[in-house]
Amino acid sequence: MIRVVLPAHLRTLARVDGEVQVEVDGEATIGSVLDALEDRYPVLRGTIRDHVTRERRAFLRYFVCAEDWSLEPPGKLLPEAVVTGAEPVFVIGAIAGG
Amino acid sequence: MSKVRVLVGTHKGAFILTSDGKRKNWEVSEPLFAGWEIYHMKGSPADPNRIYASQTSGWFGQIIQRSSDGGKSWETPGGEKTPTPGEFPSGASNKFVYDVSAQTGKPLTTHQWYDGTQHPWEFKRVWHLEPSLTDPDTVYAGVEDAALFKSTNGAQTWQELAGLRGHGTGSKWGPGAGGMGLHSILLDAKNPQRMYIAISAAGSFRTDDGGTTWKPINKGLRSNYIPDPEAEIGHCVHHIALHQSRPDVVFMQKHWDVMRTDNAGDQWTEVSGNLPTDFGFVIDVHAHEPETIYVVPIKSDGHHFPIDGKLQVYRSRTGGNEWEPLTKGLPQRDCYVNVLRDAMAIDSLDSCGVYFGTTGGQVYCSSDSGDTWTPIVENLPAVFSVEVQTLP
Repeated sequence: MIRVVLPAHLRTLARVDGEVQVEVDGEATIGSVLDALEDRYPVLRGTIRDHVTRERRAFLRYFVCAEDWSLEPPGKLLPEAVVTGAEPVFVIGAIAGG
Repeated sequence: MSKVRVLVGTHKGAFILTSDGKRKNWEVSEPLFAGWEIYHMKGSPADPNRIYASQTSGWFGQIIQRSSDGGKSWETPGGEKTPTPGEFPSGASNKFVYDVSAQTGKPLTTHQWYDGTQHPWEFKRVWHLEPSLTDPDTVYAGVEDAALFKSTNGAQTWQELAGLRGHGTGSKWGPGAGGMGLHSILLDAKNPQRMYIAISAAGSFRTDDGGTTWKPINKGLRSNYIPDPEAEIGHCVHHIALHQSRPDVVFMQKHWDVMRTDNAGDQWTEVSGNLPTDFGFVIDVHAHEPETIYVVPIKSDGHHFPIDGKLQVYRSRTGGNEWEPLTKGLPQRDCYVNVLRDAMAIDSLDSCGVYFGTTGGQVYCSSDSGDTWTPIVENLPAVFSVEVQTLP
């Protein structure tokens, strides 16, 4: 199981407490983790990635093992620490608005 | 005894205010969708327990919320896994995709940008939700960048009524200061095929075939801030309103000027009359007197607050031109709030109630057609929209 930490507003929207866990078919990548997340929580579709282009929304970032993965290719393999569940994938909202 | 339910959308959540028909004592809900911008909430005339809400965020985009129990509980249609896979596309209630299919003729891809160049159409948010007059599951959405969408399955999926953007003038539409939003949708109870919409800054438009084809209805409008003041397209219409007993008569608060048409928009006439300023955003019509209309004059487009710090509703009982200030109960000094375009509503009780919300977080109620006012709440986040449901 892969752990995902969502921003507070998306946790409220998905009606979950704390981090969520998703099971990924095949290789674990940012793209496949988000596919699994949206499959399990359809309400999140369109809130992290655009419905059609699948591009990351401008004010959200992805962090993995303390590194910014926002601009990495969505098909890039995630580190072993994420695959084993030792480390989560963070979806983080940009600090904006004062 | 009848009741009223006031639906308030704010900068940081939604609130439901309820009272009996006296409209003296109010219950104020906890914030709904706390922290999100709620551009608009509106109940279905066909089933008052059905309410739709537009929930938006610069971070997370658009969400559509739906209640089927008068606002006690909410769901994102299609957000839960459906019992029958494939029954509806899951998670599509917030999917607003512009129609570029060949069947609609020439799909429009660009509109005018602030600097006069052409700019791609990009969905940003839903400004206004207008439920059908007869079917609780049918609802229209006016969106930014300006387009009209329709759902016939309770907001689970949306299809653009592409004839509006594609009718021929779309490349001349441009955004107002707040964006290029389709903010007003008027349905005609006598003629289900007829609908009016308005866009900032393009103008007003009418369909007579249920939304398939549209035409601009802006003759008589004059806007000195555009190159051709009497152009067919480019007017910054702020809001339009009608009384269902006379759907050919439509009232308009334009950027500057209060206007009316008596022939479904084919010709407009200015009725600003003795208003101290004819800039403003809201306009609405009395529930039982089709010639009684309300506006809130705002000093200017450079100020966005009332004249001399005095918050005044103006009422005309003659369909315009002759206006009287309504001030009893409203702050008459040091008041520098705005009243946004969707932030006025009218109930249909015998003694007609008028409501409006301010960017300072006040929601005011008059239970006597505007003669006197009292605040229902005074410290909400900035109010974007106010709607009211009159309940049995």
